[in-house]
Amino acid sequence: MQALNFLKPNRDNIKNYSIVGSALILISLIDVISNAFLKTNLTSFLPGSLTTLFPLILGLIGLNMMRIDYSGNKTLDLINKNINTNNFNALLTLLILFSIIKALPPSLSWMILDANISGDSKDACTGTGACWTYIKVWFRRFMYGMYPNEFHWRINTAFILVIALGFVGYFMKENLKKYLALYYVIIYPIIAYLVIYYLISGGSFGLQWVETGAWGGLSLTFIVSFFCLIFCFPLGMIFALGRRSNLPVIKYISICYIEFWRGVPLITVLFMSSVMFPMFLPEDFFMDKLVRVIIAITLFEAAYCAEVIRGGLQSLPRGQYDAAKSLGMGYWKMHIFVILPQALKLVIPGIANTFLALVKDTPLIFVVGLAELAGMLALAKTNPKWLGFAMEGYIFASIIFWIICYAMSKYSYNLEAKYKTER
Amino acid sequence: MNNIIKKFLPQILAILFVVLIFGFLTINAQTNMDNRGIDFGFGFLSQESSFDVQFSLIEYSGSDSYARAFLVGLLNTLLVSFISIIFCTILGVIIGVARLSSNYLIKNSAAWYVEFFRNIPLLLQIFFWYYAALRALPLPEKANAWFGVTYMTVKGYYIPSMVWENLNVFLYCGLAAIISIIVLRNYANNLRDTKGKQIPVFLYSIAILIVLPLLSFLFGGVSLEFELPQLKKLSKISYIYEGGISLPPELIALVLALSLYTSTFVAECVRAGIEGVSKGQKEAAASVGLTPNQVLKLVIMPQALRIIIPPTTNQYLNLTKNSSLAAAIAYPDLVLVFAGTALMQTGKAIEIVSITMLTYLTISLTIAAIMNWYNKKIEIKEK
Repeated sequence: MQALNFLKPNRDNIKNYSIVGSALILISLIDVISNAFLKTNLTSFLPGSLTTLFPLILGLIGLNMMRIDYSGNKTLDLINKNINTNNFNALLTLLILFSIIKALPPSLSWMILDANISGDSKDACTGTGACWTYIKVWFRRFMYGMYPNEFHWRINTAFILVIALGFVGYFMKENLKKYLALYYVIIYPIIAYLVIYYLISGGSFGLQWVETGAWGGLSLTFIVSFFCLIFCFPLGMIFALGRRSNLPVIKYISICYIEFWRGVPLITVLFMSSVMFPMFLPEDFFMDKLVRVIIAITLFEAAYCAEVIRGGLQSLPRGQYDAAKSLGMGYWKMHIFVILPQALKLVIPGIANTFLALVKDTPLIFVVGLAELAGMLALAKTNPKWLGFAMEGYIFASIIFWIICYAMSKYSYNLEAKYKTER
Repeated sequence: MNNIIKKFLPQILAILFVVLIFGFLTINAQTNMDNRGIDFGFGFLSQESSFDVQFSLIEYSGSDSYARAFLVGLLNTLLVSFISIIFCTILGVIIGVARLSSNYLIKNSAAWYVEFFRNIPLLLQIFFWYYAALRALPLPEKANAWFGVTYMTVKGYYIPSMVWENLNVFLYCGLAAIISIIVLRNYANNLRDTKGKQIPVFLYSIAILIVLPLLSFLFGGVSLEFELPQLKKLSKISYIYEGGISLPPELIALVLALSLYTSTFVAECVRAGIEGVSKGQKEAAASVGLTPNQVLKLVIMPQALRIIIPPTTNQYLNLTKNSSLAAAIAYPDLVLVFAGTALMQTGKAIEIVSITMLTYLTISLTIAAIMNWYNKKIEIKEK
């Protein structure tokens, strides 16, 4: 390191040093870029592994020549402060930059430049890149499953209606706002159920009956996670209150319930719903597989919901309970008018996280034979006409799920920040 | 009187409710099983299983009992969880520390890594690795050697296996090394407390850890040989590697997906833990004259670990539960072997699903109990 000292700049020569340093970095970047994009090796005259190390060494020397505590030049100071604090950091910076540059051309050419999207059969895919034709042809199946093509508008309408009904709270008049909780906990689930039953299932009002076996794709993911969320929330609330109850029997029943469901993996719960649960039903009582799965996931998620709500209940100061009691309120009055409104507001971010986990868990219903997105992918992958496009399918599904989950996590993060300041 | 009613009525109702539900379910199950001619019982566990398992840690064949098949599945579950936990910890710590880096590029790469792998459902990730990424690997005869002796092929990862002689002597030496390190540490602590003398315990420990097992090689008659995987021609077009250990692609896909996915959560725990130690602690420690290494070792890490360990254990638990997704790509874990194949053959739905769930429940509750005990132990004792 001592030998490198002559490469260290000081206040007087920083200008010249930074020019030489940037030139060295530029050369190293040009070398890597030409290597990655043009497949030419500018440094082929160097022996052995030196060719690969050459840009790294050059870049390191360049960054070393630019490193100074304070130079007065804004750009230089910004670079030094953020990516060039010491040799180790400089090395990592260069490694990250170089690997991004190296990874760009192959992924770009696979995903866009050499990819195909025209045509509607496997023969259209002649390039070496991705075959997006496959996604295009199967798009409706991935979204709606085996649901008949001509009825897809029913699913869309049902979703739009359910979402619109969900936003009612935003536009409600001020004097009706006190019924909001009642609306969301009891009325909304019932309306949503009716909408989805009559529109998507059909069977009346002149709509043709479509059995649940035909449902699938991303819309099924939404249906399952939607119902599980609206049902698991009230159930979770009951068990959260139960776990904090003074009555030992109720408390221990709640603890057993919560710890049981939190201790088993969802996949065994789904197995239970599909193979064990029918044994526990009355003889001639038939329950649809989708309904059984929704019940199972609801029971499972309710335990997680209960823990989140319990966290909210615990974080309320004792004074709130004491104040409510001193006003002569009973248990239910106290909880409905004082405790729950405050606690539920606190747990909204936590509930959003639970919902996020729920959405990420729904692909699991594929294991018991419900063809949501992952299931449709497995189906499409084994179709003899479309063999060999697993990569495209999974990348497509990952992108869709990533967008949904990322948006949700950002939203819950914003909520958290918002409620943190309000307290 | 009023109070007694208020206190006991809800509890009695709750008990009644639970009893009614369980009674209803039991009666239904009884009639259903009577109608189908199935009887309830765990006798099937000792029957011959007569199915084969692709990958097993212990000797297993079709003539073994269902109980042994259960053990095979459980061991496979534990194996994949164990390997993934190690990898996700290493990755998670690196990423978590990187998120706190002062380097803009590193910080943001780490943040995007977390956002990327956390927001894709685990099942899709497993499918991606298994059906898309690992299928693109070369066939055995075309595989290039990694590190000279291991082969990554579409049929699995082939690594050399170790052939020990006098393994027990080696193990005893390792045990002796660990014991002597503990004794040394106690002695050093004692010396520090009574005489104020410091000795470099860490260096000595490493020396002991290397020297004692080395001695066993020189004098104890221990020898270690590596059995390398060799390419063998099965038929005209089909090749396979023989010798060594072969890790099936299912295991690799599962380990990759589980450790990448869980490492994001571990990284967040690590970040929160390090951020949770207040800056004043570091400054106070430095101002009493501790060296930077001592500050990290004696002041920052003990406090950060107190915040990091409980949520991280929770993530390990989640990982173990998530390893049950193995069933989706046919890795013979507990769910696939027992709740899949064994259930299909015996038709004992209630018994088998209950045993599977209870096994997971036992693992979860045991770890939770250990965690609670640990939390109690490390909790800051306020006077």
